[in-house]
Amino acid sequence: MIELFMALAEPNRLQIVELLVQEPRTVLDMANRLSLQQAQTSKHLRVLREAGLVSVEVSGQHRLYSLAPKRFKELDSWLTQYRQLWKDRFEQLDEVLGKMMNEEKQNGPSKKRRKKSK
Amino acid sequence: MDRQKNAERKANSTSLEHIGERQICIRRRFDAPTHIVFRAWIEPEFVRRWWAPKSQQIEMVECDASVVVGGTFRYVIQDNAGQRYAFNGTYHEIVPNKRLVYTQSFEPMDENGRVEITVTFHEHSGGTQVESVETYPNKEALLAAMSAGLELGMRNSLEQLEELLQLQTLFASQPH
Repeated sequence: MIELFMALAEPNRLQIVELLVQEPRTVLDMANRLSLQQAQTSKHLRVLREAGLVSVEVSGQHRLYSLAPKRFKELDSWLTQYRQLWKDRFEQLDEVLGKMMNEEKQNGPSKKRRKKSK
Repeated sequence: MDRQKNAERKANSTSLEHIGERQICIRRRFDAPTHIVFRAWIEPEFVRRWWAPKSQQIEMVECDASVVVGGTFRYVIQDNAGQRYAFNGTYHEIVPNKRLVYTQSFEPMDENGRVEITVTFHEHSGGTQVESVETYPNKEALLAAMSAGLELGMRNSLEQLEELLQLQTLFASQPH
């Protein structure tokens, strides 16, 4: 899955994805719009294809690139997943806080807080 | 009593908001005084106990921090396949029990720029309200920096799906 994010964490590739959100396109079309060399654009497209983000269809002499919807559904849930990560962390933090409060109750204000802010 | 408990649980839910293209704001209430929440948030001896989501079979393998202005931290987590993810950062502002400003980056994607995180701690009816605002240099960096955690999150949901499928199989095989 890390490839997925590596694939997108590059400005040109993200721009390619943004172009493909609008409609399927050819390499030449995208290269022109992004002022990139065609070879460079193809290289980026290869990375996106390997990550399963983009698919290609041959129609006549053209190769038409489009987004692979399934992968993008996964991306839709990024924020939800990120929220879940923090939710899980915070549940653990709740436990740590509970223990810290108990310790403080037993020992009085923590001796460890010697770091005075000067 | 139950209602009160429900209200508490609700008050302690985690909210995550996407602000504009490159900011994320996370909010949560904790039933502990600010001086305790602040310490737990920043001191490695406590961070190591909560930062890696155990529910997702992630463990903390390294957790070092020099908690002073200009000091740095490095956290390394590891998933159950042995894959490690390292994060590091620098503290820019430390106002005890109130406010923290630090940068953080996910090491494999360092070149995508660092995220700046501002955490504020507010005393709130006997507990602490924490707000963490993550500001990424651009949206690519936002996607990149979330990646490690997200990968784990996805694995988690795949496992849930698997469980669901197992349940369905079980029900399907039960005699009516």
